[in-house]
Amino acid sequence: MDATMAGLPGSGVQPGHIGDAKPVGRIADTVFVSLLWGCGIFVLVLLGLIIAMLFEGGLPAFRAFGLEFLWTATWNPVTEQFGALVMIYGTIFSAIIAVIVALPLSFGIAFFLTEIAPQVLRRPIGVAVQLLAAVPSIIYGMWGFFIISPLMAAYVQPPLIDWLGPVPVIGALFTGPALGGGMLTAGLIMAVMILPFITAMFVETLESVPPMLKESAYGVGGTTFEVYKNVSVPYGKTAMVGAVMLGLGRALGETMAVTFVIGNATRLSASLFAPGATIASTIANEFPEAAQGSLKLDSLLALGFILFVISFIVLALSRFLVRSNLKS
Amino acid sequence: MSLAIRRTKDHAVKVVSTAFAGIALFLLAWILFTLVMKGLPALGLNVFTKITLPPGHEGGLLNAIVGSLIQIGIAMVIGTPIGLLAGTFLAENGKTTKVGHIARFVNDILLSAPSILVGLFVYAFLVNPFGGFSGWAGAVALAILVIPVIVRTTEDMLNLVPIGLREAAYALGAPQWKVVMMVTWRAARAGIMTGVLLSIARAAGETAPLLFTSLGNNSWSTDLSAPMASLPIAIYQYAGSPFDDWVALAWAGALLITVSVLLLNIVSRLFLARAG
Repeated sequence: MDATMAGLPGSGVQPGHIGDAKPVGRIADTVFVSLLWGCGIFVLVLLGLIIAMLFEGGLPAFRAFGLEFLWTATWNPVTEQFGALVMIYGTIFSAIIAVIVALPLSFGIAFFLTEIAPQVLRRPIGVAVQLLAAVPSIIYGMWGFFIISPLMAAYVQPPLIDWLGPVPVIGALFTGPALGGGMLTAGLIMAVMILPFITAMFVETLESVPPMLKESAYGVGGTTFEVYKNVSVPYGKTAMVGAVMLGLGRALGETMAVTFVIGNATRLSASLFAPGATIASTIANEFPEAAQGSLKLDSLLALGFILFVISFIVLALSRFLVRSNLKS
Repeated sequence: MSLAIRRTKDHAVKVVSTAFAGIALFLLAWILFTLVMKGLPALGLNVFTKITLPPGHEGGLLNAIVGSLIQIGIAMVIGTPIGLLAGTFLAENGKTTKVGHIARFVNDILLSAPSILVGLFVYAFLVNPFGGFSGWAGAVALAILVIPVIVRTTEDMLNLVPIGLREAAYALGAPQWKVVMMVTWRAARAGIMTGVLLSIARAAGETAPLLFTSLGNNSWSTDLSAPMASLPIAIYQYAGSPFDDWVALAWAGALLITVSVLLLNIVSRLFLARAG
């Protein structure tokens, strides 16, 4: 082949420059292709290793407490009684608050970015919203602890306790002292953190709606909002549910921002204002006090395994929904 | 529904949506404003020239900044080639294979998996069996966070390279390694760089994975086999302390880290916009 190339007049192809001598080229190619496969498989192995190590590390705790570990509300390092219920509850509850707050905001911002904003402003505003996702988690923690918590304690929690506290049933959510932190504050801060992720995927989905569909709806006299609500959103519904699940998945594993504001109390409380704990905050907070080989350390690793399983299910579901919408 | 009501409703939703976008921008401005107000007064020369000292002494963050740079540097040296090759695998050889599909799925999970669990994993895998907290362990934890970002952007960017470009190179008899390295990677250079820059930004701000790996260190140390200081960990320790000068240093560090991370994000976006 080299000979033919060299013979092409004026082709500019130097012999041996692109097509190497066969044996060397073939060996190099074998090495290169194996490297590609190796790194691809490495990613698989990495996830497998993470799951395996967390499970193995938590095994002594699962052995000691059995499956009851999942629904035991005690977390007592003194008596070495450990259970995950308080943290599982806190993780899921605070993440759901975050999603409930972030969802309407994301719907609105995505509507603004795809339908209302002037073309020149779409990109800069979109990037600014995305920058909220780039701010490190620990910064949200400091902002939450030094700025938001005092505001919550002074202006938000006391009126809510006064007005809604005495209401039957839901009143339980709004009791206790106004300390500033707690489940609601953690949820609000996480809402700001997951908002850019949900919004970005909403915008991406909405932009993939065929213009013809929207134009037909406008053609029969629909307003901008009606077209958004009745055409664009239903078209991308599956992917949008997937986007919300991604936000939920992110919130479930959020660590530093939550650790600063949630109060880190391993007690079960229905109140939105009472100090609580999530799996991630408990691991971050209690790890330094856990001696090597102690049952506490094993229990923290077991908590990590549980968090991994919960996140995995939510993230896998999210991906499945987003992909199935793209295919259809 | 009468037209007037429908129009009013449309108008109301537009106003509310615009307000929501305003809220998002306001929150970003509020965070930045807080950082500047609290961080700037404490951001003196000391921060860059002195190491962390006990409260009352004018200390700085030099060891934390250097520790962060070392760990991020090593994380990038480990993570970039693996991420680049794995991303290339997904876009080229493994595109439609079973392994490729599963690897793509796994990478998406790793991308959003809780970063604290990566720290916990490295603790169980490296720290516990190999005699203690170390800069190496911190760098490995950061590398694991960096890899999925690079894999994802590399794959996306390589998919944008026209097939014809590859076919032309193959038609000249080039082996695959040359086609990939000299044609495909080169064509997608700007996009791949964007991914690398974004992954540095991610690694720079991560705190949770360093808690149980490099631990933090209040004295000067560049020994990678010993606990190593890092900016996020120093901020975490200082922000939670009862001493005013430590809290002030935490804010200075927070300002420093946020400005770097946001700049990296903006630069990488401009980079991509100019190339694309």
